[in-house]
Amino acid sequence: MRNPLTVLKRRLSEHREVRTDGGTTSAGSILDRDSVRSAPFWLPPFLLIGLFIYGAIAWNIVLSLTDFQGLGSPDYSALDFENYVVAFFGGTPSWSELTVSPIWNSAWNTVVLMVSFSVVCLALGLVLAILVDQEIRFENTFRTIYLLPMSLSFVVTAKFWLYMYNVETGLVNLFLGAVGVGPVEIVQNPDLKLAAVAFALIWQFSGYAMIVYLAGLRAIPTSHFEAARVDGASTLRMYWRVIIPQLRTATVSALVVLTVFSLKAFDFLFSMYGGYQPGPSADILATRMVREAYSNGNWAYGSAIAVILFIMALAIVTPYIYSQYKRGEL
Amino acid sequence: MSTETGRVGEWSLFGHSLRRVVLYGILAGMGVFYLIPIETGIMTSIINPASYTGSFPYLPPLEPLVPGTGTFSLEPWQGAIDGLGQGLVNSVILVVPATIFSGLLGSMAAFGLTTISWRGQIGIYILFVAGIFIPYQAVLVPLTQFWYNVVPLQAVFEPLAVLPFVQEYHWKLVALIITHTAYGLPICTLLFRAHYKKLSDEMVEAAQLDGASVATIYRRIILPLSIPMFAVVFIYQFTQIWNDLLFALTIVQFGDAAVVTQDLVGIGVSQSGTNFPLRMAAALLAALPTLLVYIFFGDKFAKGVAA
Repeated sequence: MRNPLTVLKRRLSEHREVRTDGGTTSAGSILDRDSVRSAPFWLPPFLLIGLFIYGAIAWNIVLSLTDFQGLGSPDYSALDFENYVVAFFGGTPSWSELTVSPIWNSAWNTVVLMVSFSVVCLALGLVLAILVDQEIRFENTFRTIYLLPMSLSFVVTAKFWLYMYNVETGLVNLFLGAVGVGPVEIVQNPDLKLAAVAFALIWQFSGYAMIVYLAGLRAIPTSHFEAARVDGASTLRMYWRVIIPQLRTATVSALVVLTVFSLKAFDFLFSMYGGYQPGPSADILATRMVREAYSNGNWAYGSAIAVILFIMALAIVTPYIYSQYKRGEL
Repeated sequence: MSTETGRVGEWSLFGHSLRRVVLYGILAGMGVFYLIPIETGIMTSIINPASYTGSFPYLPPLEPLVPGTGTFSLEPWQGAIDGLGQGLVNSVILVVPATIFSGLLGSMAAFGLTTISWRGQIGIYILFVAGIFIPYQAVLVPLTQFWYNVVPLQAVFEPLAVLPFVQEYHWKLVALIITHTAYGLPICTLLFRAHYKKLSDEMVEAAQLDGASVATIYRRIILPLSIPMFAVVFIYQFTQIWNDLLFALTIVQFGDAAVVTQDLVGIGVSQSGTNFPLRMAAALLAALPTLLVYIFFGDKFAKGVAA
């Protein structure tokens, strides 16, 4: 085996000779490899995400094993899984004098919100996309209006819907009153809270599902529509049997993005309930995590909840990225 | 919209065109669904709070013509500007550099990982893409530790505060700019990569044969061809960063550096109850920049979110 350093030197000198020769690139030199030559472009961004995303995730995992609580700095000398035991079974951890409740309630709410929000968004988005795809006039106007709420922030959406849901002056209650129901307390009603949150988020993001489905519909060759027509299939049957099955890719990618949006619904709940306390029936993992860390000072416990949330996201995203990779769509 | 529905309905009530009437009816109805919370907000935001009754939140203030609708006043907007002014300034200081940096770096990363092709780049790229889907909760505590206990940004800004326009609290905004740049990179890289994959290889190959360096290829060929994509990316990033609350809440926490979304959370609530006109004016004011961007560049926004 040759000394790698000599190889490197030789290649570097080769490189220099070729350069003085007149500009043609030498394929053998390490410095001339495309990965190295393009490194000034991809390496700084890569280091940035390496530090901020992957470094931070790793650090967060370590933090979740400490007893870091309150002011001061974390002590990394004694690591254990106590926070996870507390997260799953509850109890009084060594870093606290109080009993800490397990995460099941907020985990359940997270799943309920995630599923109801994504399924309704997809269904509504699909129906809207099919309607918009009927060669209508003013298509752009309709599309723009349907997607408009998505340009708003969670904080703003929450303020609008807080007003819509208001018992005395909210439009929802005025509407319910007109059909003889109510008035109903919505925002602070434990039975309706989560549904109200999901509904407002559907208002905000169903336009996104529509855009994704519309792109999917436009990618289906016209001949498929025509063939179904010639076969005498009814419109409903044609969409159910021929068109919708071809929208699988669109469904999966919209679903993944919407699911991740729902995991991030923290901003919405924080704005709606004016702080860290949405109450038990609307508490999701995202709010619980931030509350434990930034309101209660239970940093390590918050980190442990964050790890659980991260694993949930990973379980959804990994198969998606893998299948994208397999199909060569990355 | 309503005239359209009416006109189609007039001459096509017979035959299959009835379907079109129903179709436009549903489309318009959904349009109302998406617009009514915003419309209600706008109407309420121009009611004099003292005359606000809340009986007709969706009607403009038409008193004394229509009783119960309140009288017209720009007082809520004045209050919103007073309440959110500092937050708006901070948000602008944050959003402009963060958008530009994440867009530029994203374009560079996508170039190095797409146009210049080499073995193994897909592995690096997957790490970029996976970053899009990270729930930010998973990095919050380390981020707070990093900016408050590891990087002495505050100490750097203390002596700088003598300079005009520089305040000590700006260190928090700088921290937020760097954070948003890093977390915006994955989506920016994805958007640019999708664009660069579609560009033909011929130009790049020809330039390489001519002995052009990687930097020259980027500056002379790729960058000019990226301009339409920069518009998409900038609009997307602008909206994302302007709308963010979570990072601001955990990095700025509170104080003079608070951004507009933070200020908006608590506005319009007092001992005497909720001031809805003020709150709606504030929500609209905070949303105004992204709404304007959306209204003027809606197609580009759609392109960004659909990718």
